[in-house]
Amino acid sequence: MSSETKKILTTDGIPLEVSLKKAERKNKIKAFLLVAPLLLFLIITYVFPIGEMLTRSIDDKMVTQMLPKTYKAMENWDGKELPPEDVFEGFYFDYKKLVEEKTFGKLATQLNFEKNGFKSILKKLQRKMKKFEEGNYKEQIMAVHPRWADVEYWRALKRRAPEYTYQKYLKGIDMYENEDGKIVNVPEDRQIHRILWLRTLEIAFFVTLFCFLMAYPIAHLLATLPMKYSNLLMICVLLPFWTSLLVRTASWMILLQQQGVVNDFFVWIGLVADNARPEMMYNKTGSYVAMTQILLPFMVLPLYSVMKTISPSLMRAGKSLGGTPFIAFWKVYFPLTIPGIGAGCLLVFILAVGYYITPALVGGASGTLISNQIAYHMKSTLDWSFASAMGLMLLTGVLAIYWLYNKVVGIDNIKLG
Amino acid sequence: MALPKYTEPHYRIWHYIYLTICSAVFFFLIAPLFVIFPLSFNAEEFLVFSDGMKRLDPDAFSLRWYKDMIYGTKNPWGLATKNSFIIAFFATIGSVILGTVAALGLSSRHMPFKGLIMAVLISPMIVPLIISGVAIFFFMAKAGLAATHLGIILAHIILGTPFVVITVTATLSGFDHSVTRAAASLGSDPVNTFMKITLPLILPGVISGGLFAFVTSFDEVVVVLFLAGLDNTTIPIQMWTGLREQLSPTILAVATCLIILSTLILVTAELLRRRSERLRGINR
Repeated sequence: MSSETKKILTTDGIPLEVSLKKAERKNKIKAFLLVAPLLLFLIITYVFPIGEMLTRSIDDKMVTQMLPKTYKAMENWDGKELPPEDVFEGFYFDYKKLVEEKTFGKLATQLNFEKNGFKSILKKLQRKMKKFEEGNYKEQIMAVHPRWADVEYWRALKRRAPEYTYQKYLKGIDMYENEDGKIVNVPEDRQIHRILWLRTLEIAFFVTLFCFLMAYPIAHLLATLPMKYSNLLMICVLLPFWTSLLVRTASWMILLQQQGVVNDFFVWIGLVADNARPEMMYNKTGSYVAMTQILLPFMVLPLYSVMKTISPSLMRAGKSLGGTPFIAFWKVYFPLTIPGIGAGCLLVFILAVGYYITPALVGGASGTLISNQIAYHMKSTLDWSFASAMGLMLLTGVLAIYWLYNKVVGIDNIKLG
Repeated sequence: MALPKYTEPHYRIWHYIYLTICSAVFFFLIAPLFVIFPLSFNAEEFLVFSDGMKRLDPDAFSLRWYKDMIYGTKNPWGLATKNSFIIAFFATIGSVILGTVAALGLSSRHMPFKGLIMAVLISPMIVPLIISGVAIFFFMAKAGLAATHLGIILAHIILGTPFVVITVTATLSGFDHSVTRAAASLGSDPVNTFMKITLPLILPGVISGGLFAFVTSFDEVVVVLFLAGLDNTTIPIQMWTGLREQLSPTILAVATCLIILSTLILVTAELLRRRSERLRGINR
């Protein structure tokens, strides 16, 4: 074969292969440029900040940088007994500088996360410090408040020495590093986060189950009814779907209150006595009922769109081959709806795990979820690094569910709307 | 769904049980919305049906809460409504433009790393809202955009674009690319082709994506709770504070208006969906 016949040239004299590749590359760049603005926007405003949550949750530089002299002096302290004079001296000068810069409040907040009671003794020290004399700071500081003579508080201070820490993650599952550096459980009566994680999983699981049990029959009805009836019934699913979440929560608050419609009805049919109306709101029941109704459309829609594609003749074929309607349903129809079930359950479960507004309004103390705890730390205690740590733990959980789902069912099998 | 005459009795019974279950579920879905209407016309201050209302006594009904919603002293709803519409309007415009352009690129068969990029683009829809809220708050605080309209608009663009990307990509999946090539062969430049040929054809998808983005922004409360200052209060924020603190019937008046709005949106969305399915040639 000679080289002239091997290479096909375009009219410009460039080999066709090269020219094609060039066009291909141009198309790739063109397509990418279209996506680029949104991609860039999301990376800057969304993806990076989520990454920043990671650094924030392990970053502990603030305290270290606020008390440089203290931590320098602490390097030689074994942490068994009260620290020597040079630690006290370093702490005195560090703290004096913070008071002058008026940033000591931040330190007080941070140290109070580490050990309760730090805030008040720091405030007291700030007031008394003006009259301090030079030298022998150990005696003078210890005289301010007996807690300053308690080695526990100095150990707590030393624990904040490293620039990075995983303490917040331990705290998120009710564990902590004790004085000997061992990771132990928080005493049983003070555990709150484990209960919250378990409750979040429990509520999400049961809400998903209830949604599935309720959505399956109506999705089937919607898919098998003639168009003109099913369109009308579809409104019952779509109207709640498009209605504001807060409106729907408000209606449940009215229905479930003690003098509310549901309780009135129970009294009327004689289920409960008028003076013994059950509490259905501000507890778990409230969360269950309201979340199930609110998330139900997210289960119905994927199920419906899958069932719509199943030909009714398949069921007829099953029956004609000798199956009872139940066997035909179980062996033929049900397996075909699995992609819809998967999509619906995944959607509802993931929405439920991250639910915040409804539990906060109707859940009371026993019906709140992990999201409420994150919001509480973001807005009330301002422990943002802890909120970040909890948020990332939740995110990891959600991503793990996606991964698992992808392994078992395959994300491509998902059908939405 | 009439049963054939030869159906055996126990299947017949089962069928009626099934229909009863379905009716109960439909009732559970839709009935809670209807409790709001009558109570919003309550003449009294409580959120329960008064004896007068049960007797359908005309004196027990009034428009006082609607008047309070509009003319009440120091009432926050005027500002909240204005803010909600401004924020939702600009957030929708932003989401639609960014989302549609991105969807055009994504549905090109030349697009590299399609799966990965798609995952990033729809991630705001997948990540629990509270986490998005925390992350967006950190960004806005750093950029000095917390407690500004612009900050909230940008946040809502983040949350709204996934819907536009998904609906427009779906519409484009049934799009016949030979029409754009035909336009190009007739001498039209790409921008002109997009405006005159592509856009009119994918418009139903774009608008329904926009509707989703609008509702997302208009309803959104988790992220706004982190971002809003006193001047940026929105309807959901006011509802949230109202439901937590002074549970007044004015909230129900607002809720009734919101239900009417969502009905309008539902009708529009349904009409669009049917039109776009017709265009895609899907007969379901």
